[in-house]
Amino acid sequence: MSDAPARPRRRWRLPRLGYLGGSPSFISGVAMLVALLLFAAIGRIAIDTTLSEPLSAMPNQPPSWETPFGSDSQGRDLLAVLVLGTWLTVKVGLLAGLMGITVGTTAGLVSAYCGGLVDLALRWVIDVGLTIPPLLLLIVIASSLRGHLDSTGMALIIGSLSWFGPARQIRAQALIMRQSGYVLTARLSGRSGTKIVFLEMLPNLLPFLMAALVLASSAAILSSVGLDALGLGPMDEPTLGMTVYWMLYYTAFMRGLWWWILAPIVMLVILFVALYLISQGLDAFANPRLRQRTS
Amino acid sequence: MLRMISARVVLLLAMVWTAATVNFVVPRLSDRDPIAERLTQIASQGGGSLAGIQDMVKSYQARFGLDRSLWTQYLDYLNSILHFDLGYSINNYPTRVADQIAYALPWTIGLLGSATLIAFVCGTLLGALAAWPRAPKLFRNILPLFMILSAIPFYLVGLMLVYFLAFRFNWFPSGGGSELTAVAGWSWTYAIDVLRHSLLPAFSIVIASIGFWAIGMRGMMVSVQGEDYMLFADAKGLRPRRIFFGYGMRNAVLPQVTALALSLGRIITGSVLVEMVFAYPGIGTLLFESIKLSDFFTIYGCVLVLVLATGMSMISVDLIYPLLDPRAGAAHE
Repeated sequence: MSDAPARPRRRWRLPRLGYLGGSPSFISGVAMLVALLLFAAIGRIAIDTTLSEPLSAMPNQPPSWETPFGSDSQGRDLLAVLVLGTWLTVKVGLLAGLMGITVGTTAGLVSAYCGGLVDLALRWVIDVGLTIPPLLLLIVIASSLRGHLDSTGMALIIGSLSWFGPARQIRAQALIMRQSGYVLTARLSGRSGTKIVFLEMLPNLLPFLMAALVLASSAAILSSVGLDALGLGPMDEPTLGMTVYWMLYYTAFMRGLWWWILAPIVMLVILFVALYLISQGLDAFANPRLRQRTS
Repeated sequence: MLRMISARVVLLLAMVWTAATVNFVVPRLSDRDPIAERLTQIASQGGGSLAGIQDMVKSYQARFGLDRSLWTQYLDYLNSILHFDLGYSINNYPTRVADQIAYALPWTIGLLGSATLIAFVCGTLLGALAAWPRAPKLFRNILPLFMILSAIPFYLVGLMLVYFLAFRFNWFPSGGGSELTAVAGWSWTYAIDVLRHSLLPAFSIVIASIGFWAIGMRGMMVSVQGEDYMLFADAKGLRPRRIFFGYGMRNAVLPQVTALALSLGRIITGSVLVEMVFAYPGIGTLLFESIKLSDFFTIYGCVLVLVLATGMSMISVDLIYPLLDPRAGAAHE
């Protein structure tokens, strides 16, 4: 009896991983992301990241041998800023994404499994939460907390608002799954509700969760960079969004400081495109119907 | 139909109520006192006009009724929201937040509305043509480019456009809603000036969202092509153009409209940031400036209006939907 849930899982997981390997958008996305992370990781070892603090280099220097990426108006070495900023930005996204997925999965599974009033209440919360653009609530929260907020705190706040989407998707998936043979079998054999939810249903949602995690992280990075650029980010941490903010604040455009303008934009574009390509690949992996339709 | 609308209105009320409650609760959880902060800021800058500060403190205290219980404060607050009383701007004291927003709103609606409409029409057409076997290959080949552009937030595209087109080549003005010297009014020169200033911000929204619409449309168009009525239209010998628009697109476009309703929030927040990049005189720039100056009441007012705008535009898309899909209206009646 205990083998019953494992068998269908094993049967359909293997060929899909093979499919994923053949997806060009997934591979190029992963390659871009790995390149970015390598840049951040090697950079943290190879160079002194304290140079990303103000007054550590001559201000407004174009790229040269000493400062390969130039420096900004407050005297930050932009290479160090990019190394640390990429790291911080990815960290915020991943932390918030993980939090959103964890809370969202729990809420979705509880909603689908309990049904009744719990489901109704959760569905209402999710519906309202999904319709209010998260950035707007984040603006209110972050502007009230400005000055007290570091990048980790920001990740937690963003994460606490990013579970609505995953919760709705997981709920829909779990509702379908609830009618499937192995869940019925488990229920008939007397397994408890929590065990069925977490040991029988959750493992089968894993491919789906992976795709949802990438999407949630990407959305979290979008929110965090937006908040940063509006001037609500951590003032003393050089995230990529804060670099955009300082660049706008010190009117780098008017002064033609092209190296300062391009640095954060190029990094962010690579990051967003990489996450998009990965999620495209994973989407087809988690959602076979989509694969047939587009191919 | 009526039930659908009333459900939507309830959802809108819930949205606004949630946003208003967050606006009410969150500042009380933090230890910041906006008025005191503004006073210190003025004092630290030395000079500045201190006139009106006393009035401001009074109105602030009366507004928040700090002597009354939290519940009465809350109910009063909700009541004032219902009357569109968003309080006074801390920064430009006797100006009301509602007036500031009323000035900024037409700019935002104009930019956002036209850019979204253009992106929707172009993206949908591009997606449909990319899935149409008889269409030139060109459409299929440029689709991936737009798909990748759709992954980039509007304002980053905007920043790139400003850098290349406004500063490098000087083809477009770099920001603002019109020339500083322009006189507002119904004249051709002013209209052209406004249009010229809106081109770059609108363009950055359009090219960053065409891909999104194109992908959805392509998918739908592919599945529509397998339908029997397409074969039937072909067998009747209808002209290809008629089959494409009247039979293919007509049916494939419906989920696009639903997608439009769902992504309005994303579009609205995205364009807020675009306005910031271009210093376009809409709500986004008002928000950006207010954040810079810690003008809390204006920040909360902008957020509330944007939430309201999101909800209202969702409802209007929902109302348009039955016109496009007669089945949707009939099923509910």
